[in-house]
Amino acid sequence: MKAEASVKEQTATKTGADLLVESLIEQGVDTLFGYPGGAVLPIYDAIYRAEGSFDHVLPRHEQGAIHAAEGYARVANRAGVVIGTSGPGATNLVTGIADAMMDSIPLVVFTGQVAKGVIGTDAFQESDIMGITTPITKHNYQVQNIEELPRIVKEAFHIATTGRPGPVVVDIPKDISSEVYAKDVIHHFHLPGYQPTLKPNPLQITKLHDALKQAKKPVILTGSGIIHAGASEELRTFVRNYEIPVVSTLLGLGSYPGSDRLSLGMGGMHGTYAANMALYECDLLINIGARFDDRLTGNLKHFAPTAKVAHVDIDPAEIGKNVPASIPIVSDAKAALKALNNKEVTSLDHKEWLDQSWARKADYPLWYHQKDEDIVPQWLVKKVYDYTRGEAVVTTDVGQHQMWAAQYYHFDEPNRWVTSGGLGTMGYGFPAAIGAQLADLESTCVAIVGDGGFQMTLQELSVLQERGLPVKIIIVNNQALGMVRQWQEKFYDGRFSSSIIDTQPDFVKLAESYQIPGYFIDSPKTLEEVLPDILANDKPAVVDCRVLQSENVYPMIAPGKGLHEMIGVKP
Amino acid sequence: MKRIVTAIVHNRSGVLNRVTGLLAKRQFNIESISVGRTETEGVSKMTFVVDVEDNRKLEQLTKQLNKQIDVLKVSDITDNAIVARELALVKVISNPQIRSEIQGIIEPFRATIIDVSKESVTVQVTGKSDKVDALIELLRPYGVKELARTGLTAFKRGNQPQQAEVKSYSLLN
Repeated sequence: MKAEASVKEQTATKTGADLLVESLIEQGVDTLFGYPGGAVLPIYDAIYRAEGSFDHVLPRHEQGAIHAAEGYARVANRAGVVIGTSGPGATNLVTGIADAMMDSIPLVVFTGQVAKGVIGTDAFQESDIMGITTPITKHNYQVQNIEELPRIVKEAFHIATTGRPGPVVVDIPKDISSEVYAKDVIHHFHLPGYQPTLKPNPLQITKLHDALKQAKKPVILTGSGIIHAGASEELRTFVRNYEIPVVSTLLGLGSYPGSDRLSLGMGGMHGTYAANMALYECDLLINIGARFDDRLTGNLKHFAPTAKVAHVDIDPAEIGKNVPASIPIVSDAKAALKALNNKEVTSLDHKEWLDQSWARKADYPLWYHQKDEDIVPQWLVKKVYDYTRGEAVVTTDVGQHQMWAAQYYHFDEPNRWVTSGGLGTMGYGFPAAIGAQLADLESTCVAIVGDGGFQMTLQELSVLQERGLPVKIIIVNNQALGMVRQWQEKFYDGRFSSSIIDTQPDFVKLAESYQIPGYFIDSPKTLEEVLPDILANDKPAVVDCRVLQSENVYPMIAPGKGLHEMIGVKP
Repeated sequence: MKRIVTAIVHNRSGVLNRVTGLLAKRQFNIESISVGRTETEGVSKMTFVVDVEDNRKLEQLTKQLNKQIDVLKVSDITDNAIVARELALVKVISNPQIRSEIQGIIEPFRATIIDVSKESVTVQVTGKSDKVDALIELLRPYGVKELARTGLTAFKRGNQPQQAEVKSYSLLN
């Protein structure tokens, strides 16, 4: 009798928030990135009571939480989980949600909401986060009944991580998370409208195989779909079997070893000459998991004009969106590559093409003029690459430093490169590095950030201080919004409107105020002296690295121009 | 080109917002949209009349709609044998003298007068959009006080002609 009573009591005190916590544990979640507030008080209470179940990372701004979750998701290759309160808590997450949507990052974002009874009355800290996030989520839910909560959490994780990954928002009214609940809940999943195609159509694979056999100038374009699918091994086998040159998108870096002889580097606006010319002249373009973004294609009229295009994508809507595909393959990249690798391997008649590609790679490499007194930013990235033996996890913001990192840090493994590609979010790199480091405590994690971007989210230094996380922040400090400055120089006759920011905090003192070692480096000599140890030790670091302001990112395809119209190629 | 696209959707909160928001975000022009429940509980049907530039745009539209989690099925039924209807209510200024004249005009359209007041009559007409257009044009000279149209709703006929169905999009074949 007594035992029965106590069981009843236990179930009777279970709240919606407890159901949420249970569901998260069931999903195998161990790290949460979140910030408390009024509407999520019940949830935070349940987290408190479930002590030891999660590592809850408390950033100092919700944007920090969501970018950290993105970095975590990118490196761990699983969903990042975020909690924010209603109103401003939720709206502060919006940039990160949009960022994850553009780059297909799996996130499950829980937002608090005002109680059901007052939704729609402009209550305190109410915002219509469903309406706000509808266009920037793969899907979103507002929990209407407590019974549905476990089902919705399950569906949210399923949707976020399968098919083409993306962010899912779950909005939970406060009365639901605080409601005491004892009845049975609904666990089973009901998603009749969501059945991603994972396996390729064998007929299309045969078509691609036949096209490949006839190709004289084949090229593979690798996108982040390969990384999401965990298909790097299969890709390597495929490339090795046929000896096809590989061009990567920005987000696809690392899917194929960047230092390999068949890698031509990154294509697109700031891609290598060899990569862009290969895309321009190829007769067979095999796009695996890339979405033909405008920064890659340049003017579509001049994009792969003579090529037969094969496009492998898990999202059918990407196929034919920007570039028509003659061999469309809706499939998970891994399944498609496996099917291709099961076909008989024939040697291709493309020696001339390979030689040409290699010659271009050798004759027109990325280049810069080394200086004795000043630090050239490209050289800085090269040094970071050398000192970390190319093994670090690297995160960036958006802009010049991002392009230099993409150009000079050759990723040989997937899930090491964490950058804001599609949305191009300043302030992304540093918080993303926190999440990346938490996902992989063993690796050196370097946030290569701009002085502009870093100042957008530097409050997260508190998290490093709190946890002693050894994230290395390299500020590529040119005292300018470099990419804006570059475009103003090139296309606006040098009218540097609001792009030169020479008033800055003392980053060393700033770091020290968070009890983080800060360094000021303004000469190549000092850099060579201090950077190796900074990158090797187990402490966090803020490195204010002063670089040449006038340095531009080259080569470059000007807006509206084609892949073959690059400027700034090595003379 | 005008196309009739239907979407069978899971009737969850926000689905209409998601679908119309998506069409707006990708800059599709919706000429009309009608939504209503179907024979299956929890499932609704949306019928869009859209004006798209070319087949590629149309393909994008159907694919983007299909991508939505709560969208169960999307069909472009323009090239099928279909039944398509819309309903319009037209309030026309009319004194008792011309009421019978109006009656004479609407009769061939099988429209009916469903409300009468001293200064006006309200005409209800159902049919394909061009028939509705034609009647409205005929009534316009009398002075249209108010006009409301439901937008087109449509589905495929039970019997389709023998020739192979024209599929405007397909990746799997």
